[in-house]
Amino acid sequence: MDVGSAPHQMDQHDGGHGGVPAVAGMDWTVLDVVVVLLLGVGALGYALGLWAARGRSPWPLRRTLFWYAGIACAAAGLLGPVAQAAHTSFTAHMIGHLLLGMVAPLLMVLGAPITLTMRALPATVARRLSGFLRSTWIRVLTHPVVAATLNAGGLWLLYTTELFHLMHASAAVYALVHLHLFVAGYLFTASLIGLDPDPHRASMPVRSAVLILFIAAHSILAKWLYAHPPQGVEPADGRAGAQLMYYGGDAVDVTLIVLLFAGWHVATRPRTSRAPLVSPF
Amino acid sequence: MSRHSKVRIDRPVLLSGVLFGSGIAASMIDLFIFHLALQWHHFYDLSTTEAALTADGFFHAFGWFITIWGLFLLADLRRRTAVPWKRWSGAVITGVGFFQLLDGVVSHKVLGIHQIRYGVDLLLYDAVWIGSALALLLVGLLMLRRTRPRDAAV
Repeated sequence: MDVGSAPHQMDQHDGGHGGVPAVAGMDWTVLDVVVVLLLGVGALGYALGLWAARGRSPWPLRRTLFWYAGIACAAAGLLGPVAQAAHTSFTAHMIGHLLLGMVAPLLMVLGAPITLTMRALPATVARRLSGFLRSTWIRVLTHPVVAATLNAGGLWLLYTTELFHLMHASAAVYALVHLHLFVAGYLFTASLIGLDPDPHRASMPVRSAVLILFIAAHSILAKWLYAHPPQGVEPADGRAGAQLMYYGGDAVDVTLIVLLFAGWHVATRPRTSRAPLVSPF
Repeated sequence: MSRHSKVRIDRPVLLSGVLFGSGIAASMIDLFIFHLALQWHHFYDLSTTEAALTADGFFHAFGWFITIWGLFLLADLRRRTAVPWKRWSGAVITGVGFFQLLDGVVSHKVLGIHQIRYGVDLLLYDAVWIGSALALLLVGLLMLRRTRPRDAAV
């Protein structure tokens, strides 16, 4: 992608990513338009779902708030000042990644979009969708082990290979990396704490083990990045970004642990006053 | 409470307390006191081997996980029965002492993930750390002994 010859160059880089081409040109404009369209579909689709299902039992307001907060976080990670600065600042890049890969998926999972879709669709179509969700493909993709591998594996590839560099040079690679980041983040979150129906929900021990492994992998990668920032990233910028990844990741991970146990807490509530104690494992 | 139910709830009481105590020692005492307040610990001292870095990542993940697990076990106990708070507190102190001992011996000395403080003679710091951990562990175990359910064979 020939971004160097773009007619209107954006402000010159201060060498923060020495060797990274300036981000300008048609490709990047097209990418921005696609992002706006996708986010618009997400925002409008949810509103349509609410409208179509208006005759049914009331939809909890918090789910709607979670969904739109999630859309706002994804937008902040992909468009505007943070995304713009992310091309030159590793710290800004990390803010964007936390928003798009962890916070937005968590909030959007809490918006229960599949449940809303089921309510909004006519029964025959909803049944077909439900059949699709039970298919082997979806079953594999939403298994916590697969989703966590996609999520953490993608991060390792991005930060330990040339991919980080390629991403800033090509809008297409940038788009794929960010699409993967969001989708993997969403599948991972949904597989652990999703509210939407999941016919093959993994057991509590499996989900717990996966979450612990993921937290460990995330924090190991953050500390490794502290010492080995991607090529072209200033050491101070790399350290700030790595610490942000570590502590920001922690905040979301702790929320995930709480939600995982909260689901268990609700599922095992005593039906009688003399109910036996149940262990989550 | 019947003799039977006392015995039955004792294990989750101990488990909840020890998990929560070890968890706060791992995730909160270390983070809030040594990293943020005193700033004796560094985020990463760059001398760590990869094996130690991996061990540190798992310590970290387990720390948060068992803190929250311990609290949800406590919440589950509370909605089912009266919690024996003294015994639970004894289990928490035992957990803190146990984790601090583990941290002081295994992660500081054996694995060398990080030290208590940098640029000082460590002997005194290590002695105080390990000594206080042993003291906490002892206090916790004594509390557990004194609050033992009469008929329980713990």
